[in-house]
Amino acid sequence: MPSSMIRIEALTKSYGPTQAVKGVSFEVPKGQVVGFLGPNGAGKSTTMRILAGSINPTSGRAFVGDVDVTQDPVAARKLIGYLPENNPLYDEMMVVEYLRFVADVRDVPKALRAARIKAAVERCGLTQVVSKDISQLSRGYRQRVGLAAAILHEPDLLILDEPTAGLDPNQIVEIRNLIKELGREKTVILSTHILSEVQSTCSRVLIINEGRLVADDTPERLTTSANEGGNTLHVVVGHRLGQPMDAQAIRTALSVMAGVSAVEVAGDEGTGTLGFTLRYGTDDVRRVLFDTVVKQDLVLLELRRTQVSLEETFRKLTDTRRAA
Amino acid sequence: MNGALAIAKREFRSFFISPVAYIVLGGFLLLSGWLYFSTLFLAGQASLRGFFGVAPVLFVVLVPAITMRAVAEERKSGTLELLLTFPMDDWQITLGKFLAALGMVAVALACTLPYAFTVASLTGAGPAFDWGPVFAGYFGLLLLASAFIALGLWGSALSKNQIVGFIVGIVLCFAFYFVDKFAPLLPDALAGVFEFLSVDYHFENIARGVLDTRDLVFYLSLTAAGLVLTARQIQATRL
Repeated sequence: MPSSMIRIEALTKSYGPTQAVKGVSFEVPKGQVVGFLGPNGAGKSTTMRILAGSINPTSGRAFVGDVDVTQDPVAARKLIGYLPENNPLYDEMMVVEYLRFVADVRDVPKALRAARIKAAVERCGLTQVVSKDISQLSRGYRQRVGLAAAILHEPDLLILDEPTAGLDPNQIVEIRNLIKELGREKTVILSTHILSEVQSTCSRVLIINEGRLVADDTPERLTTSANEGGNTLHVVVGHRLGQPMDAQAIRTALSVMAGVSAVEVAGDEGTGTLGFTLRYGTDDVRRVLFDTVVKQDLVLLELRRTQVSLEETFRKLTDTRRAA
Repeated sequence: MNGALAIAKREFRSFFISPVAYIVLGGFLLLSGWLYFSTLFLAGQASLRGFFGVAPVLFVVLVPAITMRAVAEERKSGTLELLLTFPMDDWQITLGKFLAALGMVAVALACTLPYAFTVASLTGAGPAFDWGPVFAGYFGLLLLASAFIALGLWGSALSKNQIVGFIVGIVLCFAFYFVDKFAPLLPDALAGVFEFLSVDYHFENIARGVLDTRDLVFYLSLTAAGLVLTARQIQATRL
């Protein structure tokens, strides 16, 4: 039994003269929920399509479990549930008809068919709409139909290409929860360009840019590695009795605190207040900070911890103009 | 094979959801009915000869109208990608589409069976009526339709545009229908070649009630060629 669910080795894909994927390699162990991130046109969909078996790679290999997708495509596709980008569906069919069709094509054993369809319908919250035409459904429901069709044959691996694109915030939360739930028992790889989605659903992030993998880590670690200069505290203070304050003196008092590496005067934050930005290491300096502020006859008006978000990491890694 | 059957089933049903099926069926029945009843009432003959004589021409238009959306529509709506990720070989997609279209033609032909029954009762032959030529004619039409369907499917597989599929289908079907029409003007050797390439020539042979392997081989190879081209065109989507 192989421990990895996906193994991709030096994968490339060219469309005529343009190379969409330029040698991507990674491995995904069983049970992981992986977010595949990148700007539009970075090669996310191409990589996922190769994995799902709808297009052939130009070179390199891709394995699902221990099945090579180009050597034994039919066996590989049996292990996969795939939700393509834009979720194409047969609009003229009823939801239940469509699911029956997918069960037919997927060769779900006759005896299990009804039970599997029922389970998928319930799981994806489609009970209300089973006998509606797909063309009448909202985007959120369409997405659920696509997901239900993808899990009908109980695949080990789910490949979801932008599962929340074009949904409203409520629908996004619903689909995200559904994915999280599916991720408890399946390996999931989902692509997105919404970063909070990755933070809330995935245990690992792969960032791809211009056909190359540029980062591969947990969302937390990616965030902290972007915070290399340490964490940042934003502090606003005022004098206890409303008297004028000496910005430089306060700055010095703050800088000598243990664990603080740098202090900048952020400027006035309204009358009789002063703002500072503190850079500090890994130790929590908030208690000491409070004491220091009180000793200076000041009151603490605001204390805000800011972290460099995944957004910034993403922008740093994928901003090619800056890198060039 | 299960995949092909599932696709055929879905496709066949979807014909009857779209108005195209009814327009195509209606048009075919109207034209063939007019031809049949004009021979019956105007010429005073109870015969299927007129119907069988003109059915190949009708099929030149009817069949591409049935097949034009088969692959083009899947390409356009993106569902072709779904089909390509289902666990089955690519030829099953083509075979499924083919079977569905053949089913549709069979429905159209079944609707013309009443003509055969009226002929059988009007000729006064009663139980002695010779059904042989009727069966042969319908069998020949199915073979001819198979070849046209395969050609039409290839037209449909070329692009995501149904109209392109329709026009390519009509041009191909017409070419194979028309190829022997000038044969009498040509030298014998050449005429023979053109006749052999004509779907109409082989149909007339079969409709006469003579089942020759050469006619069968012709239809089956033309069908196979069209289907192989279609499958390759679908497969090219993966590149």
